[in-house]
Amino acid sequence: MRALVIDDSRTMRRIVARSLQGLGFETLEAEHGQHALDLLAEGPVPDLACVDWNMPVMDGLTFVGRARAEPALRGMTLMMVTTESEQSQIVRALAAGAHEYLIKPFTTDAVRDKLELLGLLPAEEHA
Amino acid sequence: MTITRGTFAFVADLVRRRSAIVLEPGKEYLVESRLLPLARAAGLDGVEAFVAHVRRTTDDRVLEAVVEALTTNETSWFRDVAPFEALRDHVVPGWRATGRDGARLRVWSAACSTGQEPYSVVMALADAVPGLDVLATDLSEQVLERARQGVYTQLEVNRGLPAPMLVRHMARVGSGWRVGDEVRRAVTFRRHNLLDAPPAGPFDVVLLRNVLIYFDADARRAVLERVRRALRPGGWLVLGAAETTVGLHDGFEPVVLGRAPLYRVAAPVRPVPSAPVAPHRARAVPVSVVPTPAPGAGLR
Repeated sequence: MRALVIDDSRTMRRIVARSLQGLGFETLEAEHGQHALDLLAEGPVPDLACVDWNMPVMDGLTFVGRARAEPALRGMTLMMVTTESEQSQIVRALAAGAHEYLIKPFTTDAVRDKLELLGLLPAEEHA
Repeated sequence: MTITRGTFAFVADLVRRRSAIVLEPGKEYLVESRLLPLARAAGLDGVEAFVAHVRRTTDDRVLEAVVEALTTNETSWFRDVAPFEALRDHVVPGWRATGRDGARLRVWSAACSTGQEPYSVVMALADAVPGLDVLATDLSEQVLERARQGVYTQLEVNRGLPAPMLVRHMARVGSGWRVGDEVRRAVTFRRHNLLDAPPAGPFDVVLLRNVLIYFDADARRAVLERVRRALRPGGWLVLGAAETTVGLHDGFEPVVLGRAPLYRVAAPVRPVPSAPVAPHRARAVPVSVVPTPAPGAGLR
């Protein structure tokens, strides 16, 4: 599994990427929505994109809309990962085409739960 | 600092007698970390001093508080996902096919902790059944009070609640989220010890997930027998992913529904003449017949 982490904060990219790597993902990173679209145009389509909301050049909501309009990216699952926590914003992101929404701060367990919901990880054995 | 062997043995014995939950050696850290807040609240400066106080006390509330502190577990919303899909996609359609339209589906969420499981059941099945009554029980009055309030922190909401369900069934309150009235109304919370007589049934579904793992074999059998008595014939038991009835109790039949192993109350060996028998439930559903939904189709 491969994941694209889109966030303008290098620290945040590293935190998200580390969580995903711990769950067995290969990760690549982009600094904003346009950067992500450029990367996606060049290389293979990852299974998952984790998308921050507030970024320069192209914000996350715009990126989600653009990605969903692109047939080549249809197989990519989109999860917003953001501090934006108002109900109306979650509704907007889902309406734009995001599959899931994770509010910062989060734990790796929360990332795992979301990926299980999305069918990107097998359900954990709770022994 | 670790607690002494005698202190651990005393606490483990108390918890076992009152809840049947077994604290194996090696769980000293658990005893220490869970009891330290109680020690502080009692104005004592450590777990040893607190346990010395507990040994002398005749106040049942103190003993209950110790048991509660050690039997409360972390919980997430659609923990494991698959059992909720199985209920919605297989159990409910089967239940409706037996001519129960107009009836209400009765679910018992046993050991419901802070309420995420019973609320998840309501959210998952809200559109699938005409009426739903969930009884949610736990040993701990403290967690039940939290469950009744139905208010969760952002961190708790992040644990496995699908975003579409969040925006549909919950509302922002301060920095947290509150379960909506419609969902809350479907759930009744009540204190119950799994070793006591079961609540009045019959239930169509009992969820008893990640509970048996804390019990010894005798207590597991005893709890499963109580659960079987609470279920209607043909009713379903949902266990945790690492648990099974196999080798413990013959009254259940394992059936894989979609991606989840569930346990159906086995048909009695000799049919009871007065009991109504639905024709389809006499046989187990072969594993391969029940399809698995596409990944990600999930609980949208």
